[in-house]
Amino acid sequence: MSKFKTFAFTATAAAMLVSSAANAGCGINGNANVSILGNDFPALHAVFSAAEQCAGDGVTIIKNHNKDFKNLMVPALSSSPAEYSAVTVANGTLVTLMNNDLVRPLNDLVEKHGAGLNKTQLVSVDGKIMAIAFMANAQHLFYRSDILEQVGLTANDVQTYEQVLDAAQRIRDAGIMEYPVALNTKAGWNLGEEFVNMYLGTGSNMFKAGTAEVSINNADGVATLNMLKQLSSYSHPDFLTFDSNTTQAMWEGGKLALATMWGSRTAGVLDDEGSTPEVVNGTNFAAAPSFNGGSTPASSLWWDGFVISKNVSDADAEASFVAMMNGISTEMVQANNDAATWLINGYKPSKAASGVAATAMNGASPYPMLPFMGALHGAAGAELADFLQGNESAEQALSDMEAAYTTAAKEKGFL
Amino acid sequence: MPHRTFFWFILPSLAAMVLFIAFPIISVIIQSIHVEHEQVLISVENCGPFGCKQITAIDAEATALLKADQPLGQFSGLDNYTNRNHLAFKEVSKAWHSSESVGAFFSALLNLPFYKALLFTLSYTFVVTPFVIVLGLAIALGVNGLPKLAKGPTIFVSLLPMIVTPLIGSLILFWMIDGDGVIGATLKYLFDDPNLSLKASPTLTWIMLFVYGIWHSAPFSFIVFYAGLQTVPEDTLEAATIDGANRWQRIRYVVVPYMMPLVVFITLMQLMDNFRVFEPIVGFSSEASATSLSWIIYNDLTQDTQLFGSAGATSVLTIVGVAILLLPVLVRTWRDFNRKSH
Amino acid sequence: MSSQAQRRSSMLAITSTGFIVLWIMIAAMPFLWTLWGSFKVQGDFFSKADWTHALTGVRTMAETGSAFTTSGYFGAWMEQGFGKSVVNTFIVVFSTVIISLTLGTLGGYALARSGFKYSFWILMVALVFRAMPHITLVSGYLLPFFEWNIWGYLPTSIIVLVAINQPFTLWMLHSFFLNIPKDMDESAMVDGCTRFQAFRHVIIPVMWPGVITTGLFSFLLAYNDFAVTASLLSQENQTMIPKIASFLGTTQVEGNVMFAVAAVVSAMVPLFFLVMFFQRQIVSGLTAGAVKG
Repeated sequence: MSKFKTFAFTATAAAMLVSSAANAGCGINGNANVSILGNDFPALHAVFSAAEQCAGDGVTIIKNHNKDFKNLMVPALSSSPAEYSAVTVANGTLVTLMNNDLVRPLNDLVEKHGAGLNKTQLVSVDGKIMAIAFMANAQHLFYRSDILEQVGLTANDVQTYEQVLDAAQRIRDAGIMEYPVALNTKAGWNLGEEFVNMYLGTGSNMFKAGTAEVSINNADGVATLNMLKQLSSYSHPDFLTFDSNTTQAMWEGGKLALATMWGSRTAGVLDDEGSTPEVVNGTNFAAAPSFNGGSTPASSLWWDGFVISKNVSDADAEASFVAMMNGISTEMVQANNDAATWLINGYKPSKAASGVAATAMNGASPYPMLPFMGALHGAAGAELADFLQGNESAEQALSDMEAAYTTAAKEKGFL
Repeated sequence: MPHRTFFWFILPSLAAMVLFIAFPIISVIIQSIHVEHEQVLISVENCGPFGCKQITAIDAEATALLKADQPLGQFSGLDNYTNRNHLAFKEVSKAWHSSESVGAFFSALLNLPFYKALLFTLSYTFVVTPFVIVLGLAIALGVNGLPKLAKGPTIFVSLLPMIVTPLIGSLILFWMIDGDGVIGATLKYLFDDPNLSLKASPTLTWIMLFVYGIWHSAPFSFIVFYAGLQTVPEDTLEAATIDGANRWQRIRYVVVPYMMPLVVFITLMQLMDNFRVFEPIVGFSSEASATSLSWIIYNDLTQDTQLFGSAGATSVLTIVGVAILLLPVLVRTWRDFNRKSH
Repeated sequence: MSSQAQRRSSMLAITSTGFIVLWIMIAAMPFLWTLWGSFKVQGDFFSKADWTHALTGVRTMAETGSAFTTSGYFGAWMEQGFGKSVVNTFIVVFSTVIISLTLGTLGGYALARSGFKYSFWILMVALVFRAMPHITLVSGYLLPFFEWNIWGYLPTSIIVLVAINQPFTLWMLHSFFLNIPKDMDESAMVDGCTRFQAFRHVIIPVMWPGVITTGLFSFLLAYNDFAVTASLLSQENQTMIPKIASFLGTTQVEGNVMFAVAAVVSAMVPLFFLVMFFQRQIVSGLTAGAVKG
């Protein structure tokens, strides 16, 4: 456990002890049942614990952190009344809930209780506020400035993926590392995400406007695949098993010089555990590189936020909203500043957040919030491994992807 | 036993199975012959932390109307079974007609997810099952020959590979077999090949999964065989000894034939379990080189867009596959049954 | 017996002992490695730099000042309340084994004593039931369970585990009962017992060997289960395996992997005591029983 997590844990625990009596009810009127479902990681633990302080005075709060919450949330919210009154989601998961019409518009609640919110925290669709975002994340470049220096390069020389390839070649030639590059390319969701990121860097659309018809089998698609393949040739041959845990351990073990990894992993890399001072001091973060002559970073921006269920009583919905607002309060952020890249007032960005901020600043696109995006993501994750192993051409891989997507989209009624 | 008594004895067990297995199977079959109702798409503005954008979304009201009309979705017959992500009739026949050689046909076939998974599933089943039986029997014989005091601890250690394995597999073994881990580094040293990596080449990944499967399942057959060994009649063994049979001959001509029913039992269970292999694939992150039918189901159910119809179709195909595999064993059991009951 | 045969026989004894020693090493090695590593920090046990760090504890020395640390255990048990999930696991496992065996013995006995064709078909259908992948079953349970408000509770998971385990239990116990001579209960019935009385007074006393072996497998199934318990239990009712999985982190966020390693080691301890405690019964249980296909 890294120090900041321990700190976050004790800080929230202490905060709970001090303020639970004073805060009981959080000004929620009458009796209400609040139950919150979400993923299982420290930043969300901090949010849920802060929300839990509203318990008491007729208000009960139940929380459930589950890694597989994604598989639970649709049935859990479909029952009547819903098992959970609030869920924390991300871009991709909100779409799943909206597809099933399970979240309630929050406009009136925001008007009544949302005074402290930034305008950018409101996620709206067609003017209806569907979610309140509170943290951001993106994959971006991690680089070792000490190693770049050894081959005569600086951060300015790794702004595009073409330059990254060049730098990797130099590092290899200098005999420093044989495989200096890593991306989270584990076959499945991770690889799909890399495809989406890279394709977004070309600036073209993945679907024909207004329809669910996919349009990736084109020159941009080929360029995307070729770049992924070239990068993989500088990655260790195991690259199709690389998930975030592996890449982080490789980074901390000093086996990498250039990597595209999640912004939420920066704090773990920078802390004093698992790595030598040499690696930690050389580690720096930059925006995700662009490629193919484009100017947008080849990455997608993610937010995490909360939604309120449709199938609960208005009183429970309001109570849940108030409790979650307490969960994402400025005090919570101050106590857990480094646990995430918060979108909340009072957050002081540190070095750990610099990569995500730079990626957003350079104009990266948000992860597409499309109802059929998940199907394409899944198809990419499943079909690209063959190409990266050198078993088939880029065109074949793209048409496989297209075929897999089309089959899935037909089953879901999109085509 | 009269029907009535039989009924009351079996009722609780049957009720549990009907309620929690038979009903879900029926609902899965129904699901697998439907696709979702049509989704009405509209173009709307979406704003968030990273700016505003025109996106395509589902028109909830219009879609809800369609949904109310057809709560099960649109009937699609066997489409879910024959589409590209399953049996892929169209693609297979196209590959058959356009491929110049048998080899080209097979590589086109293995480019389809279902057949790729089927190949691994069958290979895994037919490699692991015999090894598990032989290894289990060997361990059982060995443990049986140990002094009494050593038996308990040995049984405990032998059971370990069966316990908490999905997690041990994903967490610890995965790191041990890494090129920089203890087993991986040892193999590199043994084969004198600094680039050897069990995770990189499909062939080695397959072998690794087979070895893991054998290691994981051997305790099951060990315990069952060990149970059987205790019942080998002493007098038959003694008679064989008096006739001059040595230890090996006694095993070969007395013990092994006596254990045949157990071999059938273990084969039955192992064929079934191995055909449903999926935990090691997830645990060892080998999705790129090896997928199985159960993994496809898992993948359909856990990705962002959950495909229930597709998962249902693959589940039914898995059951059919198991039934075909078990057919010889079932015919044998049927004969036994008839012999016993008459 | 000729001397040559004797020599070959003792050769075989040496080979077989050697083989068992080898097997024990292969079976136990990952667990000993885990046991040793659970007292190190993550940077050592999951070292990318050099695997010998897991043995020597270089990072452990640097980060904690000694070659061994119990921070994994402290974190799992004290901070994350692993003890609660141990209690839950015991409730689930104990109930599953008892209920499985009760239903299974009644059903298995009936199947073994009934000569009618339908009992064969029940056995066959049970096999088909067993072929169903668990994950499909579990995803089908979710909606109705939420709808009936029984999701998240221990009894729900217990009954699901019992049901999923029933086909195997039925098959195994049915085979055991086939081995108990029919005359035993039938002569009791001639003496005026009902079928159930014969079962209670004649069969129950002699069935323990088979029941204990079957119970061992039910135990392992419930103890190891992830698919059912991870999806059907709420956070406060979580059992050990999903709890351990929750230490592993997500794609985007690092977990407390050493908590998981310490928890895995902790999860093996009860098994050790169980086997040691039941060792006699297991061995003697196996002695008297036999499984037949």
